[in-house]
Amino acid sequence: MAELVAVIASTHHPFYYRASTSTGEDRPPFADEWVRKVEAFRETLTKARPDVLVMVGSDHFHQLWLDNMPQFLVGKAPFYDANWYNEEREFGLPRMTLAGQEDLSAHVLREGLDAGFDLAFSNELRIDHSITCPIITLRPEADLPIVPVYTNIFAPPLPQPKRFVQLGRTIRELVESWPSDQRVAVIGTGHLSLELGGPRQFGPHGPDPQFDQKAVEWISSGDIEGCLAEVTLDSLHAPGNATHGFMDFMLMMGVAGEGRKADYVDTYDLFHTMEAYFTWYPDGGKA
Amino acid sequence: MSKYLLDKFLFTVDRDAELVERYREQPRETVTWWEAEHANRLLNCVDAERSTWLAFDDTEREALATHDYPTLFALGAHPFLTLTLFIAMFERDHAEPLGFQKEYARRLAHFSLPYPDIAT
Repeated sequence: MAELVAVIASTHHPFYYRASTSTGEDRPPFADEWVRKVEAFRETLTKARPDVLVMVGSDHFHQLWLDNMPQFLVGKAPFYDANWYNEEREFGLPRMTLAGQEDLSAHVLREGLDAGFDLAFSNELRIDHSITCPIITLRPEADLPIVPVYTNIFAPPLPQPKRFVQLGRTIRELVESWPSDQRVAVIGTGHLSLELGGPRQFGPHGPDPQFDQKAVEWISSGDIEGCLAEVTLDSLHAPGNATHGFMDFMLMMGVAGEGRKADYVDTYDLFHTMEAYFTWYPDGGKA
Repeated sequence: MSKYLLDKFLFTVDRDAELVERYREQPRETVTWWEAEHANRLLNCVDAERSTWLAFDDTEREALATHDYPTLFALGAHPFLTLTLFIAMFERDHAEPLGFQKEYARRLAHFSLPYPDIAT
């Protein structure tokens, strides 16, 4: 069976690419420290020597739209083109093409359906920065095949937080039951407190530093039970109007497992949101 | 009232570079044209297949025609769609980095929780 060699949860900040590649007067003062932190984080994936990446993210109204909105969708295609005109325009993100791992996609879809998740699928999916940001930060060579998994954290009605945790647990079971000798890493990105298009956006730090502190504690200690006891679809409005993206972190806690402390934790307070990076090694890092 | 149609306008304009410029320069004309020609277009279908019932109400039409993003927020338009499109149109008019984004926050400062419902 396939081996789950790393579980990684991260924020996906679309400004990183431009900040890290800019020079001279254009380079923002926070860039050097940000790059240092991202390169240290990248090392946690590199040393797990993955062959395949399962990438959990959320389409930001690029290909998925309100006339036909899936809650959870798995890509099954030989290739995924990536990044969109408005991401190029606003963030300077490059166009990319990533290879797909169709066997694992097919396994996740078939076995996921049989495990009680009515997963939508796409055979032609152009992915966005929720998946390409972690490729840029964690695997800039973009040389590994992926299985994209999209969640709806964006267009209400949304699935309940516990459903994200359950999907995370199921993804782990599906990866570990995939008849293959491949080494698989599961990487998911979301947000801590975040406000976009509201009065608390682009402040000197994230809109709710107290929530961020609590969230980092839940994630780094694997406290799924404590997190589920406090986090509801309603409560997530309070820390910032885009904070429902935190549910993708909850999904990744489900992949990592209840009570499973993260093996690597780092954060970086930026001007309008806190960056957060977590890695778990299911085998304790022996690989 | 149709939050969905407000979102559909923001979504379809935002993804088209020419339309972004047209809406910046001629907002009322663009909204009138879009409502007549595109409001009932099914995005994933051929042009011959259209909806028959989508229209703005007067408040929605006026908010779009005047680039009134605080009113769009009040009407429950999706904040991510509004922000993204308005950054594309107006960030260029501000010299300071994130100057437009900060002004945007200031103009919404009178809103407190709970924010207007964005469910469609």
